[in-house]
This record gives sequence, structure tokens and C-alpha cells, in this order.
Amino acid sequence: MKLLIIEDEIKTGAYLKQGLSEAGFIVDLAQNGLDGQHLAMTEDYDLVILDVMLPDLDGWRLLQSLRGAGRLVPVLFLTARDSVDDRVKGLELGADDYLVKPFAFAELLARVRTLLRRGTTPTTEQILQIADLELDLTRRRVSRGGKRITLTAKEFALLELMIRRQGEVLPRSLIASQVWDMNFDSDTNIIDVAIRRLRAKIDDAFSVKLIRTIRGMGYTIDDGDAT
Amino acid sequence: MKRPMSLSLRITLLFGISAALVLTVFGWTINNTIESHFASEDSSELEAVAAVVEKSLATLPAADQLSHIQQHFTDLLSAHRGTMLHITDASGRTLYASPGPDVAALPVADGTPREDIQEWQDSAHRYRVLRRTRAIEQELYTSPLTIVVAIAIDYHLHLLQRLRQTLWYMVAGAIVVTGILGWLTVRQGHKPLHQIVEQIQHISAQELHTRLLPESVPAELTELANSCNALLQRMQQAFVQLSNFSDDIAHELRTPVTVLMTQTQVALSQIRSAEAYREVLYSNMEEYERLAQMIGDMLFLAKTSNKLDAQIMAEVDLGAEVHSLFDYYEAWADERGITLAVTGDGSVRGDRLMLRRALSNLLSNAIRHTPAQQSVTVHLDSNGHTRISVRNPGAPIPAQHLDRLFDRFYRIDPSRQRSGEGTGLGLAIVKAIAQAHHGSIHVSSDVAYTQFTLVLPRTGACLD
Repeated sequence: MKLLIIEDEIKTGAYLKQGLSEAGFIVDLAQNGLDGQHLAMTEDYDLVILDVMLPDLDGWRLLQSLRGAGRLVPVLFLTARDSVDDRVKGLELGADDYLVKPFAFAELLARVRTLLRRGTTPTTEQILQIADLELDLTRRRVSRGGKRITLTAKEFALLELMIRRQGEVLPRSLIASQVWDMNFDSDTNIIDVAIRRLRAKIDDAFSVKLIRTIRGMGYTIDDGDAT
Repeated sequence: MKRPMSLSLRITLLFGISAALVLTVFGWTINNTIESHFASEDSSELEAVAAVVEKSLATLPAADQLSHIQQHFTDLLSAHRGTMLHITDASGRTLYASPGPDVAALPVADGTPREDIQEWQDSAHRYRVLRRTRAIEQELYTSPLTIVVAIAIDYHLHLLQRLRQTLWYMVAGAIVVTGILGWLTVRQGHKPLHQIVEQIQHISAQELHTRLLPESVPAELTELANSCNALLQRMQQAFVQLSNFSDDIAHELRTPVTVLMTQTQVALSQIRSAEAYREVLYSNMEEYERLAQMIGDMLFLAKTSNKLDAQIMAEVDLGAEVHSLFDYYEAWADERGITLAVTGDGSVRGDRLMLRRALSNLLSNAIRHTPAQQSVTVHLDSNGHTRISVRNPGAPIPAQHLDRLFDRFYRIDPSRQRSGEGTGLGLAIVKAIAQAHHGSIHVSSDVAYTQFTLVLPRTGACLD
């Protein structure tokens, strides 16, 4: 998977590149609009991460020229100005998603993965599985090692989200938004409590722990062999 | 917009126009009075001459020679300077004609009574003429005689014309003088206004406490001074609030930045294990998250203070919102042994995300301050205004804090600033959201309960 970052702020650009490279992507970095435009027009990328405020050619115009040239590569734009107008403008010009600075890197990573997954056929399987944990989507049943586990509707939704995106670190804000539709930072540790309760049901009685806390980032579920 | 005419010019013009009107009427009246005075003077002169002539004709003995009679009239006319006389009988024979123009040739307009006094103009002069036809009781005159008496009025006309000219000059002069005087008066009259302007000009941002003295200005300007003072009052409040806010922001930022700098510098002061570095980074990260959240909250506040976007206004089912928030907070409340309950129902027109955020802030506050095994109650009421009350038992909030709870960064216990979660902006955000919806937020607290009530107009924010 090949990404292009167009970001004029040197430190931000460098760290985004490092972070995304370490997450397994091939990353190109352009530090101004014209270089970025040139790269985006000539190379094939799976995703472009675009800062709106660029000194020479701003993000809007770059996006416009990209779409005008028939380049349909998904674009995620970064903006420091969180106004409805800005967001609407970006989406109207054909951006696929946006993030407001400052953002958590885990959030960016999650959005990037979502955008890259878009377009691929959604999983149609009725049973999600990780290690010996099974999620039966049609019958809304969960079992681990053959033992039935009773979950509330929200716990089920949380577990389903984590298993569908297993191996990915899910930031708390993403979990709140996907499971409870809470699209703002809440000043409480709701997600931690919810995860703790889920853990009590699916992990506590077992020696292999599936849910892991990634300190400072969020939560992930994996079958333990990966690490 | 077209700039209105200058006040001085406007008043001067009005002044000039009024003076012109009054003086014109005045001049016209004088002119008319004198004119009619001359006319009646001439008329009585003519009447007098005619009467004497008639009388003479009747009384002079018939035996007298016609030449004798003529001599008599010539003497009579010499006593009335400028009068002319012409007497004819019905057959057109002239009995007497004074020297000079033929006044009998006066054309008689149709319908004019024959005995009227008329004006007549020949090539050089203007006359006033009396024409009278009389039957005279004398055997000498077998048919009625026509007596025409005339008087030249050039002298009167000339006088009148000069008078008129003088009057017009005086009127024009008076208008100019009145205009200038008016302008000077207006300038003088505006002095108190200039003084106020001067006072206002001296008010800078540091002197917003200055007030104009309403007693020191003329009565007409008292309202202006009062309005100006009210404006100053509002500006001062806004200014103080704004500078306090900047102070608060600087202060709130200083603390986490100090923590970050200190712990990073200490960490770098000697070589440590990878584990220790990691700890420092984690700790930094927590501070960064707090900072990011504070920035987000402040931006949200700034945004909310602006008008709502009409496009995202929708009918919000408050019962459904409360239930989904309960879903979200359930685990946390449950863990603390707190139950959540809702009574009533209602809906309101507004921005769903904002209202959800306001409710969420109230709810998380309530849950945080509720003792274990007790319950938080949300009450919805849509009669008239929509009221959303969030009530929780717990330690009462001291009365002196109630008013300031919704201020940005206000904390009841300043020493707890960094112990709790949150940025100190939660309730300020609720207040801003209420105001954006043209509503209000209230709080009451006693030993039993603390209750926050959000009141929103049922019709939602009427976007004016």
C-alpha cells in the first residue's frame, strides 16, 4: 500500500511518514503543493493525505486539479480550522475524509485503514472468529472455547468492531463514535470502563488474553500469536 | 447608503426657507396695502370731482354761455391737479374737454358697469378713469350727459415700483443674513455635541470605566449620553471577560507546558533505561491529550458563540437522545452503583450534535458527583418551553459558586484544578449551546439535590 503525504510543516510531515512507514505502508512525502501535485499526478497511490494550508498551492486547489484530471485516489485532508464550511467544502471538492489538527496518530491510522478498506467487498461471513472466540452475527451469540458468553447489545457491537479490525489499534474516540455515535471527546473514561467489562466477560476466565491496551493509543484485539 | 445632509447645512437651509417664506408674505402684504391705499385715494378724488361737476352742471344758470361753463370747469380742474374732464351729450357733442389726451376714448369692455372706475393706458401714461352718465335737470341739456373724469397715476405707480424693489432687496438680504446667523447659531448650538465627541475620543481601551455625565449635557443630549454610557458598560464587560479569558487560557496552558518541560528536561539530564524514557513519553502524551482537548473545547466554544447553521437544524427527539446517552454512560454509572432514570418526554428544534453534547456534559457531571447507590434523574418537559432537568443527589454546591459555575475555567476548588478530568469548560460549553439555541441554563442546589435545568424555546432557535 502506497501513500502520499503532502504536508509543509517539516516535523509533522517527518513524523507522519515515520509513523505510517512503521505501520507497514510505503510512504512518499511532499513538502509543498506543487511537488505534491506533481507526485499525485504521475505516481499511483492508494491514498493521499493532504494538508489544506500549503504555502504555494493550497489543498483545495490541489484537490480540485486532481479530481479535474480524473484521479480518483482517496484523499484524507488535514485541517487546523474546524469549521463546518471548511469540512463541507473539502467533501464537496471530492475529499473522502478529514481530520482536524491536533489529532491522535492512532485516529489517523484508523481513518487511513478505513479509507483503504473502502471499495473492497465487505466481509459477508456470518461468523467472526479470533483465536477460540466466536461471534455469530446472525444469532447474536458469542462463545469462547465452546462456552456461551452473554453480552449486552453495546458490548456485542464493541466486540464486533474490534474483531473486524483485529490487529489495529482503535483509539477511544473511534470506539465512542462507532459504537455509541458519540462524536466528541467526552471527559470521562467511559471507553475504559466498557472495555474493562468486556474483558471481564471474554478474557478474565481464560489464560490467553485477547484484548490488549496500547498505552496512550487505545485498544486492540489479537490472538496473542502476533506479538 | 447615501450619507444624510450635514446637520448645520440642513438647519441653515430650513432657517433660510422659513425666513424667505415669512418675509415674502410680509412684503407682499405691504405692497398690496399701499397699492389699495393709492387706489382708494384716487377713487375718492375722482368721485369728488365728478360730484362737483354734476352739481355745477345742475346749478349753473342755463342762460350762461357754454364758454362760461367751460371756464368754470377749467378753474375747478386747476384745483385738482392732474385731473382731466370730458363731458359729452348723447349725440356725441363735446360740451367740455380738458387739454391733454382724449380720455373719452377709453374703450369700455363688455360687461363692465359703465360707472366703474377703470385703468387706462395711452402711449405715455397710465390713468385711472371714472365714467358716469347722468340726466341733468336743466332745460339746456335735453339728453343725459356722459361725464368722464381721469387722473394720471404714473407717479403712484412709480412709487409703488420703487417700494416693491426695495422690499425685494430687503427680503433677499434678510434671507442671506438669517442664513448666516442661523449657521452661526447652529455651530454655537452644536458645541455641547463637540464636547461629548471630545470626551468620547479620549476613551481608550484602558479607560472603559469612564462615563459621560448626563447632567453635564443639554437635555436633548441626555439620551445620547445615556446610550453611550450603556454601550461603554457593555463594552467594558465584554472587554473584561475577554481579557480574563485570555488570562485564563494563558494560565491553563502554562501548567501543562511547565509539566512537559520539566519532566522532559529531567529525563534528558542523564542517561536512562528505555523503559524510563517510555514512561516520560507516556506521561507527556497524557498532557498533550489534555492540551488537545482544551484547544478543541475552546474552538468549539468560539464556534458555538456564532450563529447556528440553519441547515443542520432539525427536530430532536430528546427522549431518544437521553436514552442513547444512558446507553453510553451506563457502564460507568453501573460500576459506581448509580442508576439512571428519565421521566417525561419532549422534542425541540435544534442542532442535534450540540444538544447531545450539552446533555452529555450535564449527565457526566451529575454522575461524577452522585454518591454510590443513588440515582441521577433526567426530567423532560415540553409544555411551553422545553425544559431538560438533570438532577443528582450529593454534596450541595455553596451558593456563592452557583452564579459563576458556567464561567470558563471556573472551578469550585481551585486546588483541584488538575486532579479531576476535563478542561473546566464543560459547563461553559453547555451555556454556549443553550444561548446558541436562544435558551438558558439554570442551576439550583440544596442539601438534597443539585439540579441543572436547560430551558429551550419550543420553536427552537428562531434564526433571525
